[in-house]
Amino acid sequence: MELVLVILIGVLYASGIFMLLRRSMVKLLIGLILLGNGANLLIFLLGGITKGKPPVIDNAAKLFTDIYADPIPQALILTAIVISFGIQSFAIVLLKRVYVLVNSDDLDDLNTPEEEDI
Amino acid sequence: MKSTILKTASNYLLPILLLFSIFILLRGHYYPGGGFVGGLIAAIAFVLHSFTHNTDATLKLLRIHPSSLIPMGLALAALSMFAPMFVGMPVMTGLWFDEPFPVIGMIGSALFFDLGVYLVVIGVVLTILFTISQYSE
Amino acid sequence: MIDNAIVFPVVVHLFTAILLLFFWRKTIAQRMISIAGSLLAMLVAIGLFAQVWDGGILTMQAAGWEAPFGISFVADVFSSSMVLLTSFSGLAVSIYSATGIARGRMIYGYFPIFHFLLMGLNGAFLTGDIFNLYVWFEVVIIASFVLMTLGGRKAQIEGSVKYMAMNILASTFFLTGIGILYGITGTLNMADLSLKVAALENRKLVDITAIFFIIGFGIKSAVFPLYFWLPSSYHTPPSAVAAIFGGLLTKVGIYALFRIFTLIFIPDDFIRTLLVFLAIFTILTGTFGAVIKNNIRRMFSYLIVCHIGFMVGGLGMYSEVAITGALFYLFHDIMVKTNIFLIAGLIRKLRGTMNMDKLGGLYAEYPLLSLLMAIVLFSLVGIPPLSGFWPKIHLFEAGFMGGHYALIAALIIGSFATLYVISLMWSKVFWKDRPIIEDEGVLTDDFQPLSKFRKSLLVTPIVFLAVITLYIGLGAENIASVVKHIAREMKDTSPYIEAVLGTNELQ
Repeated sequence: MELVLVILIGVLYASGIFMLLRRSMVKLLIGLILLGNGANLLIFLLGGITKGKPPVIDNAAKLFTDIYADPIPQALILTAIVISFGIQSFAIVLLKRVYVLVNSDDLDDLNTPEEEDI
Repeated sequence: MKSTILKTASNYLLPILLLFSIFILLRGHYYPGGGFVGGLIAAIAFVLHSFTHNTDATLKLLRIHPSSLIPMGLALAALSMFAPMFVGMPVMTGLWFDEPFPVIGMIGSALFFDLGVYLVVIGVVLTILFTISQYSE
Repeated sequence: MIDNAIVFPVVVHLFTAILLLFFWRKTIAQRMISIAGSLLAMLVAIGLFAQVWDGGILTMQAAGWEAPFGISFVADVFSSSMVLLTSFSGLAVSIYSATGIARGRMIYGYFPIFHFLLMGLNGAFLTGDIFNLYVWFEVVIIASFVLMTLGGRKAQIEGSVKYMAMNILASTFFLTGIGILYGITGTLNMADLSLKVAALENRKLVDITAIFFIIGFGIKSAVFPLYFWLPSSYHTPPSAVAAIFGGLLTKVGIYALFRIFTLIFIPDDFIRTLLVFLAIFTILTGTFGAVIKNNIRRMFSYLIVCHIGFMVGGLGMYSEVAITGALFYLFHDIMVKTNIFLIAGLIRKLRGTMNMDKLGGLYAEYPLLSLLMAIVLFSLVGIPPLSGFWPKIHLFEAGFMGGHYALIAALIIGSFATLYVISLMWSKVFWKDRPIIEDEGVLTDDFQPLSKFRKSLLVTPIVFLAVITLYIGLGAENIASVVKHIAREMKDTSPYIEAVLGTNELQ
């Protein structure tokens, strides 16, 4: 399981970086999404994968004796997913707006020369 | 989308999904669920409605613009977050009523926080999606 | 000690923003609420600073969960003074925005987003938990995306694409670093991390994790070679927005660098050399960029990059004197950089352009206003006894003591280049006769027709920040005592750790 995840994370990071380096803005966005997913899986993997019970102690017991699953990585990933959901939806609206204004998907067309500054 | 089956189904699905989202919202404190997921389900109910009818019909159904849900939800969540401050406890401490309520069970500040999140999520998701859909029409 | 006063700076901005959302589209009410909220936030920040300065480090555990498990909020002198400076900048920009921001932008929610941004900044300064720091960073960048794109023309939208892409990338690196850090230590509380990372045996792994943080914060604070997004985006938004970005957004990256690298990763020789190396190139590239630019705001953007290098260099030298100098520079820089972008906005209002070739004769027309601007501009250069001078003394002293001669050379080049570009700007914008331009229609004076009250709304914030800058320069011994206190806190972190975790954890 760990090995599969390691390979998957590597693939996600590599393809994310590859997509980032394209000139198309949509591919840039896809690259950022892939990188974000890679980071989430990385947290999941490094948090330690254990088959355990939820870390909830019975009313009667004082100590938790069984193997338990660490709840923190899940909380972190959930937060990161919510945040990236917000950012990505904003980014999509922005790219749409850019496409309307510039009528191009190419990052190289995004250079208003200095002479046109106010 | 011009599918009669989907259109008829969505009329029935909308109330069912909304009811289900409230169920998810209420069980969220001890079981999987909560304000965020509940809000997403409720938002999906309206999105499905806007797919089959159109965005304007859904907006008419909602009566208020979804973006006005955001400040309400934020205010509710923020108040329940900072309410413990007024009784001298650290921020975000759960305050609970002593007696359980019928149907809902124990009510505490966490529920109001979840309710705030629920409203914010509906507001944000619908605002974004409706903006995009009206933009491309 | 549990003290809710810590979160007040966050709470004030949050409630101001929520209140503003209820007044959507009522721009006059929005302006008043925003100024009142910023004023209240400043009072709260002054109160917090006084409390921390007199009584030592304050902590608050959210929801009462014990320290390494829950989220801690910590206010030491460093974070509370950053909150104080943020509130000064926030108040100034809030007043300036009342006239400086077009009504169209206000209708799209400029003020609520502005207060969410300030809330995020205050949260980032006050948190004691590294993942919580990430969340506050995200609050800041989402708010800054919206401010950057709001009501955008073509150039503005173009700048924001680059800004957005680089900042999301930076956050991903930061998140990766947090993931690895959690994997090797099993904790997220910064005080706890400080103890656990120090005890780790695999130092190479620690260095690699540290480099993830350097990349993440490096992009955010525009350190060489990751600074390109800054000069290509900061000249596009309205001046009030550029002021808060230039004054605070890169500095929150610097704050995080100082916090992480004095508390969690105590830099070894490799990291120190790396930081000094990055600082030298940051200063040089910023310098070269500033010298060739002809637009005031583009030039200021490169000056931001140049001066970021001063602070990173101070961190890289890592002696008490160096950190004192770098922090002193940080304080001075927040005030001055906010102010120079406001000044650029005012020049734009006066003349309708920011191109230095088309400007001129400001001194003849507005002598008092020009003198006010001169104070700020020459504080930026660091003409003694103005504020930019004192931190450089400390930095030079630290450089000679530590034998970092290349960095000293870069500092000297950076300082002289700043002097050069500012005097060039002074002569071109203020002294030179106003050039005759055929196409007069574009260049209008938007300032003259404004009512007296609106004029004062534009000038007051500049005066307010200039007075603080003057105080930093002339009352340098007071600032120095604060800064020395912070540097001592950074060198000996045990009071911080003790305050967060409680005394018995240290044994």
